[in-house]
Amino acid sequence: MFRLEPRASAPLLWQVATPVLAVIATMITGGLLFAALGFDPVASIRTIFWDPLFGPAAGYSRPQLLVKAGPLILIASGLALGFRAGIWNIGAEGQYIIGAICGAAVALAAYPTEAFWIFPAMIVAGAAGGWAWGMIPALLRNWFGASEILVSLMLVYVAQKIAAWMAFGPMKNPEGFNFPGSRNLQQYPSAANPELIANTGLHWGVIAAGIALAATWFLMSRHILGFRIRTAGAAPRAARFAGVRPERLVALCLGLSGALAGLAGLFEVAGPAGQITESFGSGYGFTAIIVAFLGRLHPLGILLAGLLMALTYIGGELAQMMLNLPASTVQVFQGMLLFFLLGFDLLTRYRIRRRS
Amino acid sequence: MIDPIVVFVLLLGAATPILFAALGELVAERAGVLNLGVEGMMIGGALAGFAVANVTGSTALGFVAAAVAGMALSLIFAALTQYLMSNQVATGLALALFGLGLTAMFGKPYEGLKAPSMMAGPLGLNLMIWLGLIMVPVTWWFLMRSRAGLILRAVGENHDAAHGLGYPVRRVRIGAIAFGGAMAGLGGAYISIATVLQWTEGMTAGAGWIALAIVVFAQWNPWGALAGAWLFGGVTVLQLRLQAAGVALPVQLLSMAPYLATIIVLVAISARQKFGRSGGGATPGSLGQPFHALR
Repeated sequence: MFRLEPRASAPLLWQVATPVLAVIATMITGGLLFAALGFDPVASIRTIFWDPLFGPAAGYSRPQLLVKAGPLILIASGLALGFRAGIWNIGAEGQYIIGAICGAAVALAAYPTEAFWIFPAMIVAGAAGGWAWGMIPALLRNWFGASEILVSLMLVYVAQKIAAWMAFGPMKNPEGFNFPGSRNLQQYPSAANPELIANTGLHWGVIAAGIALAATWFLMSRHILGFRIRTAGAAPRAARFAGVRPERLVALCLGLSGALAGLAGLFEVAGPAGQITESFGSGYGFTAIIVAFLGRLHPLGILLAGLLMALTYIGGELAQMMLNLPASTVQVFQGMLLFFLLGFDLLTRYRIRRRS
Repeated sequence: MIDPIVVFVLLLGAATPILFAALGELVAERAGVLNLGVEGMMIGGALAGFAVANVTGSTALGFVAAAVAGMALSLIFAALTQYLMSNQVATGLALALFGLGLTAMFGKPYEGLKAPSMMAGPLGLNLMIWLGLIMVPVTWWFLMRSRAGLILRAVGENHDAAHGLGYPVRRVRIGAIAFGGAMAGLGGAYISIATVLQWTEGMTAGAGWIALAIVVFAQWNPWGALAGAWLFGGVTVLQLRLQAAGVALPVQLLSMAPYLATIIVLVAISARQKFGRSGGGATPGSLGQPFHALR
């Protein structure tokens, strides 16, 4: 039989290899699942992972890669900070929705004024909204010791209800023939977040995601705060002796990840989504959790993981159109991927030795 | 006028899914396992239970299937956390996401169908409400009065000490996780078979997360879970009654009530734990910690 021997440190080889192994295992298991459902496994996997980039309709789907990866990376880069410190913000979906609502509120209040300051003001409002929504679990944890996991998650449902209320009530488009949903911000030039270079999918949110990645890289590897975050996650007691104040880290990590999720929501509502609707929250906040883990909480990893997850979104839609696969295929894939990743992670933390 | 008996019966119904899930999670947490995947196991039970009940016409078979489905999902979590030593928070989260996706995928053919009617029990309450109520003292007796329950609590309180005494930490935990999965499955099936009477994607709507909060509120005591579930049921019923009565508040805002109530309750109990004299004594000592026996 075998026994496990804890490693003193995680070797780089396994840190890089396990996400790749997890992706391969997910593809194989996914193929088996499709075969069981009566679909051609090879064609299904190719449609999801290959065709969006190199298939016959790739010209249309390739720009979508950045559109989908932008919010995922933006949210995940914030979440990774907290996860490193053992602070579990799993309510990014709620912060994303509130950020979008706050940003849209600025635009709708200014409508139909055309002015240069509107879009920057929306960005500030979006970040502030997400920050505030993230600070609720932070303060409740710091003041009362309430679990930030449960509070931040409950706030997702509250945010969804607020979005529904906005779509049917205060933000309903007065010229929308009584349909629920706000005005479409894409048709309001001062507030729109357009595609900056045609057919690339590049919009301000993607640029913000790039900046967030660079900034979190700097913070984690070159700044004292990053050191504190890593210490607090690896050895909470040691961190306290070293003068790290856990309350500050909780507020910082939840506030910052909330602000980034809020920004993602703002760029989405002003760009690809266009309007606040009842179902505005589309699950980016949850998928970003998977992106953060798959990317090993490292900026470069998050970049790659975000692109891969975006690919599965587009591939999933494509497979739905071409092969009639169920729409929820992507969710199943994402869940499986996280399972495999967590399982294979054993190899980075333990050595497998033959029992003597 | 609102008849108090009618309201109480409605409250019992609204509380039952949460009660099942919370009792199951409570046992798992007493064994030191934090399984955040309750929502995923509940939705798995909701679909499996509904599908089997719909095909066979028997709600009893439906609930059996739901327990099996919930348990099957929980065993994925058990394998990952107990054998592959994965992080419990992340694995539970994965289970919640996976359950929602998997049921959305396999649930399509069952959308729009109707559930067969529930078995009626004494006093006009269905048998599952009774089973939920019976499980409260049963769980309490098992945890507090039986030898197996004592071992389970020892494993949750200090797994190294329990291991040193020769108790099979891993097996106890897997058993507790499986029980939690079966109970979550039953709770989920109650929503699809007895409350909503049909299957819709994501229909558990956070009930699993609320159950997790109820366990904290209960301070890991089954009677507390009953109180928490009733409190939640009361808020839900009140909110629905207010909607029906046409209160001036928008429907969307009223339907936030259960989630807000959960946050308030969680904060209140955490504050008591933090500032009270007990000093957090109720939390199982090894909760969420991975166990790796070197010998």
